[in-house]
Amino acid sequence: MSALSTTYYTEDHEWIRVENGIATVGITEHAQEQLGDLVFVDLPSPGANVAKGDALVVVESVKAASDVYAPVDGEVKSVNDALSSEPGLVNSSAEGDGWLWTMSIADEGQLDGLMDADAYQKSIA
Amino acid sequence: MTENTSLNQLPLKDLHARAGAKFAPFAGWDMPVSYPPGVLKEHLHCRAHAGLFDISHMRLFEVSGADAAKLIATLCPLEAAEQALGASKYTFLLNEQAGVIDDLIVTRLAADRFVIVANAARAVIDERWIRDHATGLDIFIEAPDRVFLALQGPDAAAIIEDAAIDVSGLSFMSGFEPRPGWFVTRSGYTGEDGFEIALPIDRASAFAESLARDERVEWIGLAARDSLRLEAGLCLYGNDLDEETDPISAGLIWAIPKSLRNGGPFIGAQRIAEIIDNGPAQKRVGLRPEGRQPVRAGAELTDSDGNPTGRVTSGGFGPSVEHPVAMGYVPAALAKPDTQLFADVRGKPVGMRVVKLPFIVKRSQKG
Repeated sequence: MSALSTTYYTEDHEWIRVENGIATVGITEHAQEQLGDLVFVDLPSPGANVAKGDALVVVESVKAASDVYAPVDGEVKSVNDALSSEPGLVNSSAEGDGWLWTMSIADEGQLDGLMDADAYQKSIA
Repeated sequence: MTENTSLNQLPLKDLHARAGAKFAPFAGWDMPVSYPPGVLKEHLHCRAHAGLFDISHMRLFEVSGADAAKLIATLCPLEAAEQALGASKYTFLLNEQAGVIDDLIVTRLAADRFVIVANAARAVIDERWIRDHATGLDIFIEAPDRVFLALQGPDAAAIIEDAAIDVSGLSFMSGFEPRPGWFVTRSGYTGEDGFEIALPIDRASAFAESLARDERVEWIGLAARDSLRLEAGLCLYGNDLDEETDPISAGLIWAIPKSLRNGGPFIGAQRIAEIIDNGPAQKRVGLRPEGRQPVRAGAELTDSDGNPTGRVTSGGFGPSVEHPVAMGYVPAALAKPDTQLFADVRGKPVGMRVVKLPFIVKRSQKG
């Protein structure tokens, strides 16, 4: 299979990389800068069914806890277990090794309202 | 951020902005919350070398006049008339029910002159309370406008000496006026040795920049100030102290001289004696969450059977101890170290152990 992926961005500063019908979700470089050093990431259980807008993950900095929302309806497939021992991966590689979870996409139509990289960069400029 | 228009601005705001600070509202002030190194590095740098804090949001009151000691002894559980010149005391303003109106540092600079350092969020209430009780006394109360800096950490003493302020004779919890309009105490709120320096606004920028240029110094924002004081087991007014909370329950009896524990001329004395007699119903304790997840202020506590047993009043992550740290109030019977409790964190129980405070070994002496 060719690894054609498309990356979307949300107003809540999440990125969603869609590949073969599976979404990998994380927070953006901009979001990690705003949050500062993370000390804990509260991840969901694989298999959980979630609806768009559900607070699915909590990322905790020294100072505060922030929710990360499910960008679409679907089922959690896997979580980034490396974050339990190394939450700082989100800071050092927000849009790479610091990914949070993967999920199926119940309705690809829900992706239509999201931003592409250019639109997102403009939104935070 | 439209809300910022009504916030008080620090005199050195431009300097902080140039240093890369992120700002957020706190107690009516637009305050630097963190700088480019980030909270974790700022915190660790302060414990390893020295951190520089702008605490100009805090309020200084100068109380002078023939009745100054008498007023202080009415407002605070202090032997103000016997307080040594230059001595600084951690104390509080209490109401009749012994609830804490504010926690303070009171330094005696002369026989008839004291300086009070008060919390930003309480300054207006404090000033009214102090003035109300000064009626009819020979008292002059001033709230001088100063820039107020804290320099904290193991290198702080060497750095301040290099800045031509002689602190060689200054022991912890004492203060003096090195220059006209300047006020320096050896004190702080991080658990480290350090200094708090009030100085005239027109001198402040040059002085702060000279300190910040020292390679041992980093600017430290409010976020790391909070994690530093929490590791040191120190109370934050509004979280761990309020008008419903007495200093005995808060574990601050050490700040009340023995001679005043059975009564005295200060407001709230009778209630303090009663609470000491009966033992406080609740006690402030250190709490160590099991695992890595921070448990923050407001989390409800339960015992092993699920009965409500109090609440977390301060909580976060301790960068030096490398685990979450918290404080809260529990019934006296559950205040023993190693008692197992649970905190409700977003609907999930997180195990907590009662632990002795502080979480770090303090390098400052007890205030």
